[in-house]
Amino acid sequence: MKLEGTVFKYGDNVDTDVIIPARYLNSSDPKELASHCMEDIDKEFISKVKSGDIIVAAKNFGCGSSREHAPIAIKAAGVSIVIAETFARIFYRNAINIGLPIMECPDAAREIQPGDKVEVDLDSGVVTDVTLGKTWKGQAFPPFMQNIISAGGLIPYINSKD
Amino acid sequence: MGMTMTQKILAHAAGLAQVHAGDLIEANLDLVLGNDITTPVAIREMDKFRSDEVFDKDKIALVMDHFIPNKDIKSAEHCKCVREYARKHQITNYFDVGQMGIEHALLPERGLVVAGDVVIGADSHTCTYGALGAFSTGVGSTDMAAGCVTGKAWFKVPSAIKISLTGKLPEYVSGKDVILHIIGKIGVDGALYKSMEFTGEGVAQLSMDDRFTIANMAIEAGGKNGIFPVDEKTIAYMEEHSTKTWTVFEADEDAEYEEELTLDLSALRPTVSFPHLPENARTIDEVGEIRIDQAVIGSCTNGRISDLRIAAKVLEGRKVAQDVRCIVIPATQKVYLQALEEGLLKTFIEAGAVVSTPTCGPCLGGYMGILASGERCVSTTNRNFVGRMGAVDSEIYLASPAVAAASAVAGKIVSPEMI
Repeated sequence: MKLEGTVFKYGDNVDTDVIIPARYLNSSDPKELASHCMEDIDKEFISKVKSGDIIVAAKNFGCGSSREHAPIAIKAAGVSIVIAETFARIFYRNAINIGLPIMECPDAAREIQPGDKVEVDLDSGVVTDVTLGKTWKGQAFPPFMQNIISAGGLIPYINSKD
Repeated sequence: MGMTMTQKILAHAAGLAQVHAGDLIEANLDLVLGNDITTPVAIREMDKFRSDEVFDKDKIALVMDHFIPNKDIKSAEHCKCVREYARKHQITNYFDVGQMGIEHALLPERGLVVAGDVVIGADSHTCTYGALGAFSTGVGSTDMAAGCVTGKAWFKVPSAIKISLTGKLPEYVSGKDVILHIIGKIGVDGALYKSMEFTGEGVAQLSMDDRFTIANMAIEAGGKNGIFPVDEKTIAYMEEHSTKTWTVFEADEDAEYEEELTLDLSALRPTVSFPHLPENARTIDEVGEIRIDQAVIGSCTNGRISDLRIAAKVLEGRKVAQDVRCIVIPATQKVYLQALEEGLLKTFIEAGAVVSTPTCGPCLGGYMGILASGERCVSTTNRNFVGRMGAVDSEIYLASPAVAAASAVAGKIVSPEMI
């Protein structure tokens, strides 16, 4: 599967409180959550993001609270993939479980610039920054996690096993 | 090759003789936890199963604690959804207003977690139960849903950081100072994907409440779990609170650790984490003049009885500074009642603090104690992220109950010995 979009770039330790502040967690509606996505670190994100766009961040993306509302909000905002140097572990699990593509690719995460056009081939793990004319290879998921992703998330995966 | 304490528990729960760091395993669960924010999302996921029957109605705990008593219509709808689910599936351990407490203080108090258990919870501070020698870790709502239906979860077996404790904590220095100090040393991703295994003769000096506080904040270093060895204090705690059978696991002598740290408890000072990350730890001597508008004493990190006792000891006969709002939140109904019987609530109220029913409330900026633009709060909670307790440009300083209480009196961040 090929993804392509414009990059929104953030730094280290983007926590789930800024991805979706707890004051909005009295809702679990993906659209409503998406309308507040990233607002505490980037007020313009939600007005600028287009379907297919890409978030690129540095270390420990998604740290803090276990709220699945965070990857849900990102996915519902139209983001096609999050590329980071590293992810916090609960966010990593949640993204796989709900079918939000993520990729650990430290060099790409460091070099890609805000606003760049980026293409990602999910099958090969190749990340191409069209603006910079550079290519990197992200870390592949272990087969077990790939199976969850290709099933469309954890629940469809479990259903398919029975 | 030997296994760490965490690896041994996971191997046992997966029915394997040996596991190695990095192995992907499926483990049987002893308890699955959710709260009023995460459970509605899990219920929606459970509807996608061919059958939404729960694996064991006695091994699921649903705790209404974040936005309760309901702060608005939307949160009331969330609680209603969980309440109806609990009734339909006859969930034994459903805790609503009147019985509830903040989940990570409540579950150990109710004896629902014991040594050797494997617990997942749709709340990041589920790692708290490592204090009891259990493996417990935070997950999201979909993992919770799968756990409730199948009784199993997948894990990547973690490597570990061994943290050897020596010595004894000085007066007014607590478990909170220990964990803030450690996070300051290793950073908010210093234990990413790893276990934090506490060991050494210093462990025996720590109260169970201190151990709960330390394990609670393992996630703030990115850790998968934090875990303590089982000793006399653990056994006494479990005997007092639980009827469940426990199993003691010990790390092998030749267990492999990715990193080893040693910490002399007697050398620690009261510690404060500056905005906006828990790793920005400074000793009280390095704090300088930080005026505050609010002090919060409570949460799953520091709302237990010993936390309230130390806060009351500091506030006894003193007054909260005129420009400071001091909010005290006992973590459970039992802690609340005990604080009442011990006269602690009287001390708080006479000092000019308010005392709330148990709730997560201000810790996550949910309600009750929200900060305005530019305001500062010293808080015994666990996160000081941007906007966590209110306005984006408000500030949270994480500290122990002793420091929070002393700061409430002084109107600026100080330790009890400075008032």
